[in-house]
Amino acid sequence: MTDELSFEEAFEELQKTVAQLEEDDLPLEKALDLFERGTTLAQRCETLLDEAELRVKQLVPADDGDGYDVTPFEER
Amino acid sequence: MTESVFFSVSQLNRHVRGLLEADSSLRDCWVEGEVSNYSQAASGHVYFTLKDESARLSCVMWRSNAERQTYTPDHGDAVLCHGHVSVYEAQGRYQLYVNEVQPAGRGVLHLEFEALKKKLAAEGLFDDERKRPLPAYARRIGVVTSPQAAALRDVCNVLARRYALPDVILAPTLVQGDEAPAQIVAALEAVNQLGVDVVILTRGGGSLEELWAFNDERVARAVAASQAPVVCGVGHETDYTIADFAADVRAPTPSAAAELVVPDQAELRHTLRSLRMRLLAGIDQQLDAKDRQVERQRQALARHSPARTVNEYRQRVDGFARTSRRVVIHRLALAREQLKSRVTQLHALDPKATLARGYAIVSRLDDGRTVTSVRHAHPGDALWVQVKDGTFESVVGRGKRRRATDTDRSAGADQLGLEL
Repeated sequence: MTDELSFEEAFEELQKTVAQLEEDDLPLEKALDLFERGTTLAQRCETLLDEAELRVKQLVPADDGDGYDVTPFEER
Repeated sequence: MTESVFFSVSQLNRHVRGLLEADSSLRDCWVEGEVSNYSQAASGHVYFTLKDESARLSCVMWRSNAERQTYTPDHGDAVLCHGHVSVYEAQGRYQLYVNEVQPAGRGVLHLEFEALKKKLAAEGLFDDERKRPLPAYARRIGVVTSPQAAALRDVCNVLARRYALPDVILAPTLVQGDEAPAQIVAALEAVNQLGVDVVILTRGGGSLEELWAFNDERVARAVAASQAPVVCGVGHETDYTIADFAADVRAPTPSAAAELVVPDQAELRHTLRSLRMRLLAGIDQQLDAKDRQVERQRQALARHSPARTVNEYRQRVDGFARTSRRVVIHRLALAREQLKSRVTQLHALDPKATLARGYAIVSRLDDGRTVTSVRHAHPGDALWVQVKDGTFESVVGRGKRRRATDTDRSAGADQLGLEL
């Protein structure tokens, strides 16, 4: 399920998870769950940054003359 | 009828100067005309005349203002001068004190710019309350610019370097010329229709005329109407356009605009590292806390453990056992001693033991009565004699007989007491 999170979602959940783990006196199970979740989320964020490649598309007038289509942008 | 007033020349010139300077419309005015007699004195101050078909006006521009001018007018240039009107008292000459000269065409543009800026500002189009915050992590970025422009490359390079996650949607448009404003408006509408998190409206540097499309009222209104917040990065740092004022954020350059719409992955990675450290520290601390809790419980358990009581009892039981064993052994020994002495006594009382010492039991043969007195035995009586190892018959003789004295009896009794 982590694989579907956007960077923003994963990053924000990670920050919350860390803050929770820093609270006092958590049940052991909960602490271990939070640690595991946080590690997965951090991994997700790093993977997203590592694998990111800027995709540039452009709007072109639609064939039927109404609105626009989105096509990959090729620099001329 | 009003009274005549008497002035000295100085007084009159000063009075006229006061009148002119009191008129607010003369304090901040633009004058259009043709330059003649342009000359710069050794002092650096500039003197010239502005004229039109039917009139002329003396102008002076002090050195400080003249030095700031990028444009130096030539004789015959149509110009637009800005300044205030006052009187040079020593000569009795009124003149325009100029602080800025622009070629007339550009000067007009400038006036248009100022007029539009004032109008839109009055409408509240540039108000701070209208400015929207930019998304922290844009997923879809609309870029409104020319596909050929260096600005687009700059934007894409910055995005790719800083944060390459978002989709970039280019809405191509002309960015200069008469067609440009309408196209820019259409492009802004198109990206908004598609749906983007933020819009970058940009073009590279150029002359005032080349950037003019971004001072168009339609463009300014389209920027203000955009659903997604707009970052405007047009020209260079010193170029301000109406679109800049209408945008949510003004960026000094196209690259700067791109930097504003995405986070920097170097910072993000740094933050991620520190979050990972905090995760480790957090779990460490939680586990430590658990360790301490377990240790505390263990100690508490040890304090209340039944083993302690059991041990105490066990010791006490041990004590009892040792004591009772000693008592039993002692008693047994005592009993054994007593038994032994009783046995000895019994031995002493056993008639057989007496027989062993040489005594005999004598009984009468006829009636079986034991003979304990001389009176029971008469000569000729048959007697039954029992000794240690058997019995035999005998007969009482006719010889002497004697009865024992008291002394003998007591001696015998003493002897018996000793045996007991």
